[in-house]
Amino acid sequence: MSHFLTPVFEPGFFESTTVHVAALVGAAVALVAAAVGLFTVMRGQSFAGEALGDIGTTGGSGAFLIGVGPLWGFVAISIVAAAAMEMIGIQRPRGRDLATGIVLGAALGLAALFLYLDATYRNTTGATVTILFGSIFTIAGSTTPVIIVLSATALAIVAALYRPLLLSSVSTDLAAARGISVRLVGALYLLALAISVALASMTIGTILSTALLVGPAATALRLTRRPGAAMLAAAGIGIGATWLGIVLAYDSYDWPPVGHGWPVSFFVVTIVFVLYLLSGLPELWRTRRRRRVDRAIAGEPQLAGDG
Amino acid sequence: MTVQETADHGEILSVQDVSVRLSGRAVLSDVSFGIGAGEFTGLIGSNGAGKTTLFRVILGLQSTTTGKVLVAGRARSRRNPLIGYVPQKFLLDPDMPLRARDLVGLGLDGHRFGIARPSRARRELIDEMLAAVGAQDFADTRVGNLSGGEQQRVLIAHALISRPKLLLLDEPLANLDLPSGQEVVALLARIASEQRIAVLISAHEMNPLLPVMERIVYLVGGRAASGTTEEVVRTDVLSELYGRQVEVLHIHGRVLVVAGPGDDPESARGHEGPLIGVTIVQ
Repeated sequence: MSHFLTPVFEPGFFESTTVHVAALVGAAVALVAAAVGLFTVMRGQSFAGEALGDIGTTGGSGAFLIGVGPLWGFVAISIVAAAAMEMIGIQRPRGRDLATGIVLGAALGLAALFLYLDATYRNTTGATVTILFGSIFTIAGSTTPVIIVLSATALAIVAALYRPLLLSSVSTDLAAARGISVRLVGALYLLALAISVALASMTIGTILSTALLVGPAATALRLTRRPGAAMLAAAGIGIGATWLGIVLAYDSYDWPPVGHGWPVSFFVVTIVFVLYLLSGLPELWRTRRRRRVDRAIAGEPQLAGDG
Repeated sequence: MTVQETADHGEILSVQDVSVRLSGRAVLSDVSFGIGAGEFTGLIGSNGAGKTTLFRVILGLQSTTTGKVLVAGRARSRRNPLIGYVPQKFLLDPDMPLRARDLVGLGLDGHRFGIARPSRARRELIDEMLAAVGAQDFADTRVGNLSGGEQQRVLIAHALISRPKLLLLDEPLANLDLPSGQEVVALLARIASEQRIAVLISAHEMNPLLPVMERIVYLVGGRAASGTTEEVVRTDVLSELYGRQVEVLHIHGRVLVVAGPGDDPESARGHEGPLIGVTIVQ
């Protein structure tokens, strides 16, 4: 890498295995989150996504307690919680928030116990921070294949169900009239959501996982009219934010306090949020312009009062 | 001409003695009627008369307690390509990344696995359907940004693209202003006569449909009378259906159904279906 880029890419960045794993895993996770997240936003199930992420805390802390990798805890608890939500009645518009809320409450109660036990018996106070806010630089290389397989599974579900899922997200009546089993499609989508959230918990943590799920998708919805294009845009935003976050976090080892580095999650989530805000500018500009044109047509003489 | 006589040849839909009980309540009671190819039929009834349930029965989404439904002579089934459906409530957020043409495309292959492969044939078919309903001007607009009348057109194109023989529309005029409603009715009448697609359209108001309606199915509290408008919208037939005296008045080409003379309005309470308000002179 030529020297003029060194202010951005610290020496050793491209040689670091940790960075390689982080970049690969981060991209896979962001891609899944974008594909699943687009439907999460369209179906208005952001709360379910957030809840599944939070519930991952229970799985992650439980995994630390019995000494297995947090990914297994995230995946197991997320799928169990999604199944519980489905059984309580997340498919009914009225039961949706209720099912999510009940499962969330029950699971977080367990998380309180597990985190306490982690701190008391296993002396792993760092575990809490790792679970809640992720640790993309501490992902073991051996976990990578599992993450890739899980990512592929979630993507395969979304790809296979793309059209029935889109139609039932638009209108369950239209979908049912076409012979689509709205409930089955909804349940399989929930499975993809559970996997996606578990994966995002690995990179940016349980409580931040929704940011990667909802943020890029919501930004993409402001940029394009087409469903396919929205999915590609969301994937691009998610992967871009993750990679930029990794670069900045690597750089931040030189920032105060020197030698520690800022959390990657902070950068990723901040970038996603800034992009969301920026994506609203074109519409804001159009509205202002339209108002100005309207005023000109109406021939309104006074310009004051609209500062 | 009676219901039985039309039930013999070229019948696309045959509803035979259908009864539906939902949690102990009779929603439909012995409903029978038939629809011939290309016929324009109005399904008239007030809210709660059983119109949507009847549609769900025809679509195979609601099981019947007794009776059966034949579509083109065969027992109904889910995903029947012969039936196109336009649902009652359709509220799409303007944020939804779905253009009019995307929604029409989902009518063609929305039930299939995987992602639609773009092809010239697919695109041309979608364009043809959009043109057939006069929606070509807003083909690339997000569905959520369209007006109620425009959304109805796109939904009709969505239903038509699978080449159905029967089009079911649940209260398509409910949220439209009068001119938009008239445009939609004229469009449907043209589709019925030109493409020989039978149209069954539900409404709580029969007057907008009177110029084009060939047959009527009049629902009161789950019971139905059917035939031509002249056969059904009569004082004796509707009094029998309501189970009390009503009068059918014709005023300036419009039809008004009112409670009969000497009828105590208080006794109407608890009765099946309201009397006044089924049709209203504007």
